[in-house]
Amino acid sequence: MAILVDGNSRVVVQGFTGREGTFHAQQMIEYGTRIVGGVTPGKGGQIHLERPVFNTVAEAVRETGADVSVIFVPAAAAADAIVEAALAEVPLIVCISEGIPALDMVKVKAFLRTTRSRLLGPNCPGIISPGKCKVGIMPSRIHRPGSVGIVSRSGTLTYVAVQQISDQGLGQSTGIGIGGDPIIGTSFVEALELFAADGETAAVVMIGEIGGSMEEQAAEFIGRGFAKPVVSFIAGQTAPPGRRMGHAGAIIAGGRGTAADKMAALREHGVHVVENPAEIGRTVRKVLG
Amino acid sequence: MKIHEYQAKELFARHGVPVPRGEMAETAETALAAADRLGYPCVVKAQVHAGGRGKAGGVKLARDRAEAQAHIAAILGMNLVSPQTGPEGRRVRKVLVEQGLDIARELYLAILLDRERETPVIVASSRGGMEIEAVSREHPEAIFKVHVHPASGLFPSHVRNLAFQLELSKAQQQNFARLLAGLYDLFLGCDASLLEINPLIVTAQDEVLALDAKVNFDDNALGRHPEIAALRDIYEEEPLEVEASKYDLNYIRLDGDIGCMVNGAGLAMATMDIIQFYGGAPANFLDVGGATSAERVKEAFKILLADANVRAVFVNIFGGIVRTDLVANGIVYAARGLDIQVPIVIRLVGTNQEEGMRILRESGLNFMTENVLADAVRRVVALAKGA
Repeated sequence: MAILVDGNSRVVVQGFTGREGTFHAQQMIEYGTRIVGGVTPGKGGQIHLERPVFNTVAEAVRETGADVSVIFVPAAAAADAIVEAALAEVPLIVCISEGIPALDMVKVKAFLRTTRSRLLGPNCPGIISPGKCKVGIMPSRIHRPGSVGIVSRSGTLTYVAVQQISDQGLGQSTGIGIGGDPIIGTSFVEALELFAADGETAAVVMIGEIGGSMEEQAAEFIGRGFAKPVVSFIAGQTAPPGRRMGHAGAIIAGGRGTAADKMAALREHGVHVVENPAEIGRTVRKVLG
Repeated sequence: MKIHEYQAKELFARHGVPVPRGEMAETAETALAAADRLGYPCVVKAQVHAGGRGKAGGVKLARDRAEAQAHIAAILGMNLVSPQTGPEGRRVRKVLVEQGLDIARELYLAILLDRERETPVIVASSRGGMEIEAVSREHPEAIFKVHVHPASGLFPSHVRNLAFQLELSKAQQQNFARLLAGLYDLFLGCDASLLEINPLIVTAQDEVLALDAKVNFDDNALGRHPEIAALRDIYEEEPLEVEASKYDLNYIRLDGDIGCMVNGAGLAMATMDIIQFYGGAPANFLDVGGATSAERVKEAFKILLADANVRAVFVNIFGGIVRTDLVANGIVYAARGLDIQVPIVIRLVGTNQEEGMRILRESGLNFMTENVLADAVRRVVALAKGA
């Protein structure tokens, strides 16, 4: 089953002909993802990577039946790219681009609520259902098909966790990067809701970090009866307050959003919280018995 | 990005938010001349990017010229130490001299982004002049919030709700409404991430003014506000962080002794955490980013080695799509050009990792390589302790 993307997903790339878009589209094609075309305004009608280029997402959807869009455009154009995909009624929009101003995201999210599109990101590595479909920039080599769902605010830290899980002989149902920004499309709770309904997912690894309260909300959600075991690591236990730790959303503000608070909330609701990020894989192995 | 109080007040004034008359000065002479122009009493305020200035002796009321002269001499050039500056303190290079006002009430007003509700929130309190965190702990009933969405804008009811809760008179309410409208315009128009006025004062004449002003901006939006970006004062930032920002490296100096070089913000934080887990102390947060070119690695090494506290270095790179043999070549190239006196433990994982590790081992440089994260961290912690 997996969630959100599988072997039937038809993916269109926004920013297709740019350097990043080209490189990662190639990688996705090699993985077996059905990249059905791309969008670069003004380059409609061209062929790129043996696939058609369209001027608008709406045209790409009409011509190819795409149901996923992945965004690789520069930060200044990224909020607009999300809106364009939503206008075209693409069910799943994955925004890899980093650097969208927070107030732009406030407006984008208000608009998205009037549509039926779901957004992953921005500032995220994307989503992968191993062996079926990869929409993003994560290294495919470390993933194996399996039963562990991954949801994370981070990129490389997630790859480290995935590697540990694969090294334990386990695999992943779907790995989702929800993004490191303060305002993002899909929250931990929404990702957990999807994993709850997925028959293939037996356990979930949730990688959070300082800033905001999404982890606390996830803890409460899990406490209300999430039936699958959850293993969690929260990055930034040693982060100084008031400093933005690389991700726009990773900041302890006014004493709120500390790793300690998040870890306590998760523990209180039965989550297996690991303090040592080298222990994620072994802990998953243990909880799966 | 942070700015000074005097810069924030200039922005306030431009957006119709009333502020006391005042002048910024960088020398004792110009500061005293400013005081003479403003008249007495006046207030001398240290301009540093840190709170807690009053308690640290950085804000003083002068009743006459002699007092002004004494306060200016004491504050300008002082090393101001507050809980927010850290023990090393901050040198005061500028002062703001302001007119003294007849204060009837001290309130609190802020606009910031509510991440949970995904919209800006206006926060007000009838207890100004004290830390808002303390008010929220001790007098939560004195804090009032209204959410306002940019798509629908500020309504009179937003203002009315706050004004009545703050128990403002009719004349004061009108002044407050104008101030809040200006402040909200500034928040949206300049992509602020925080606007805070503490205290917001009501004078005996029913005026409402920003006696203090704190403004932070969204770094992601600075590209479209060059006039705001120009307000950056690099003297207020850690010099190594300024240097790192020139190369687009994300570096934050901490007080430990293990220098860290990591790719990715989450992994960089987790690396700091695991160092502490095994009994060590990270000297910095450093995210070299996805494209770890030799030049960037070299600059990153220079910056983290410039911290005299660093006794060992841990390089933790997860090469996802980046090939680790290329990263290894970059590390070797960077290290050859530098005189490195401290031990370096390197963990390179990912595409072509055997080749990457071989390049490091055969470089003739004093690198220690480890494949297992926990082993690598234990080793660098032991090395930093002199083992």
